[in-house]
Amino acid sequence: MAEVDLRSFTVNFGPQHPAAHGVLRLVLEMSGEVVERADPHIGLLHRGTEKLIEYRPYLQNIPYFDRLDYCSMLCQEHAYVLAVEKLLEVEVPERALYIRTLFDEITRILNHLLNITTMALDCGAMTPLLWMFEEREKLMVFYERACGARMHANYYRFGGVARDLPAGLAEDIAAWLDGFGPLFEDVDNLLSENRIFKQRTVEIGVVTAEDAFNLGFSGPMLRASGVAWDLRKAEPYAMYERMDFDIPVGRNGDCWDRYLVRMLEVKESMKIVRQCLDQMRPGPVRTDDKKVTPPSRANMKRSMEALIHHFKLYTEGVHVPEGEVYAAVESGKGEFGVYLVSDGTNRPYRCKIRSPGYVHLQALDEMSKGHQLADVVAIIGSMDIVFGEIDR
Amino acid sequence: MAEIWSDTLWPVIVIVFYVLVIAVPLMLAMAYLTYAERKIIGAIQLRQGPMTVGPYGLLQPLADGAKLFFKETVIPTGSNKIVFVLAPMVTFVLALVGWAVIPFGYGLVLANINVGVLYLFAISSLGVYGIIMAGWASNSRYAFLGALRSSAQMVSYEIAIGLIIINVLITAGSLNLSEIVLAQTGLWYAIPHFPMFMIFIVSILAETNRHPFDLPEDEATLVTGYNVEYSSMTFALFFLGEYMNMILMSAIAVILFLGGWLPPFAIFPFTLIPGPIWFILKVCLVLFIFIWARATLPRYRYDQLMRLGWKIFLPLSLAWVVLTSGFLVYFDMLPR
Repeated sequence: MAEVDLRSFTVNFGPQHPAAHGVLRLVLEMSGEVVERADPHIGLLHRGTEKLIEYRPYLQNIPYFDRLDYCSMLCQEHAYVLAVEKLLEVEVPERALYIRTLFDEITRILNHLLNITTMALDCGAMTPLLWMFEEREKLMVFYERACGARMHANYYRFGGVARDLPAGLAEDIAAWLDGFGPLFEDVDNLLSENRIFKQRTVEIGVVTAEDAFNLGFSGPMLRASGVAWDLRKAEPYAMYERMDFDIPVGRNGDCWDRYLVRMLEVKESMKIVRQCLDQMRPGPVRTDDKKVTPPSRANMKRSMEALIHHFKLYTEGVHVPEGEVYAAVESGKGEFGVYLVSDGTNRPYRCKIRSPGYVHLQALDEMSKGHQLADVVAIIGSMDIVFGEIDR
Repeated sequence: MAEIWSDTLWPVIVIVFYVLVIAVPLMLAMAYLTYAERKIIGAIQLRQGPMTVGPYGLLQPLADGAKLFFKETVIPTGSNKIVFVLAPMVTFVLALVGWAVIPFGYGLVLANINVGVLYLFAISSLGVYGIIMAGWASNSRYAFLGALRSSAQMVSYEIAIGLIIINVLITAGSLNLSEIVLAQTGLWYAIPHFPMFMIFIVSILAETNRHPFDLPEDEATLVTGYNVEYSSMTFALFFLGEYMNMILMSAIAVILFLGGWLPPFAIFPFTLIPGPIWFILKVCLVLFIFIWARATLPRYRYDQLMRLGWKIFLPLSLAWVVLTSGFLVYFDMLPR
């Protein structure tokens, strides 16, 4: 019999695809329903953020960080603000640190709710998405009340936060927590032990702890593989040292473990939010370092010095001492880091962003090899990728 | 001349009239099934569903229909045009002709044929052709993959359904749908054949490509699958066909297991309500299960669905056939 040259079936998955979570373009080489190679193509959402940052004064760069991963906005601002604060060596008042912790955790809940429910949607369960989007909406209203924007907050500042929480917000967040608990339990009941959902996710896309290290995983992806690594515990920033919370750890590193880790992290985040609300005391929310924080308007009218500071800050912006620094936070998706090089001027010389999603996406080929097409969708769902941060 | 009138024309007119009497309300029922689906899923998902068109959104199905009707029919360049256009028609017509043998009440049936069950079985097996034709003619990979999945799925669940129907047949002793219903007077087959009833409900979900078995039109992986290239009325025909099949399958489930038009108890308050009303109520109940499943369950993966069909449902229903026939023979209860 003559030799037949077998061609594998190539499917172009995305960039306009409902399960691609943004503009992921995947070229899948398949033999029947089984994926032989998954080749992710990135760059369709590239906006040159890192380069743009080099041309803006330090303060004007904060909004760029909201727009990277548009599901964990404030966590990313936090990383940038931390990096600049390390160079500036400013003290942050306690209340500001509590507010940052509070909003980091609200952001984490926002991020995880989106990921859990869209992963469920990718597996065919659509109800959790609609239930939880209402709760996300309420959380976004808290964002809006604190800083005026529902998503792209631009709330953290060097040495604090832009302004204090409005009256009544803390009470409303506490009230929301009470109502959210049972609703979240409903999602848990609908999905976690659902036989079909488990069939779709258990032992799919398994990553061992060693592979996870080699691939550079962080966040829930790493913890699902059984490594209890969390920057909030390992290198505590803001007020995480005073918070009492656990790090959920998976066992097998499959899609179901990643899902469960996120489910449990939402519960831990709820605990942290509650502790922040209980421990928070009134006080200043920005450092009184005149080189960083602009003076009050009333003060500016009376004091010559304040007027000069105001003029300098609003024309040139903050001057950051020469040096380089790396600051990282635990964002919803993993270790989000900012590497900043300052040449002493009012603009960063270089800003390198370490986005967790970029690192996780590279594992897609390894994770989906030998699985079926429908599993690739579940794997992408469990990876929690957002293209804003991957392409930057 | 008079003979032509009385022998040919008049019977044709009568039959066309009957067909219209069945088909038109059926189309309406189908349109409002989409409305009911959106409303029920909306209620489950804590939202309102359609509310804008007409009071409580009641005119929404008509608006959707009008929209689809006025859209342009796009026929892809690389497609096989004849088969491409034929496929939705096949699906729709097959979904409609099954109704010829469905008894809505005692004697209320268009064609009271003795092999009604076989007829229905044949019609629903042909349904897969529409989908294969659509997938092949579209000349698109997503559509093709969707069509392949669908054909494999429908064929495997048909076998389980066939064996389940055999259970009912040997218990009722007839292939005539009306007689099957009458044989259930006093005891619906859903009770003695309860496991089969459950498997049948699950199988018809798979047979009609509905959640959690809607792999052929899996939005997440296949971007709606076999009908991805279709637009306008060609798409609408697929859509109508799918919903018509849902109603048809629910009707079959009601006839085989839930006593057709019979009231739940043959005592005073229940007997007041006419048979066709009972029939419609029961069909609605089964349809609710269809919609409920869609709102709550995740979707199976292709191989898991095949495993469920071949390795679980098939042996189980086969064993039940043996059990039923053994029971009937041993206790000498075989219908005469």
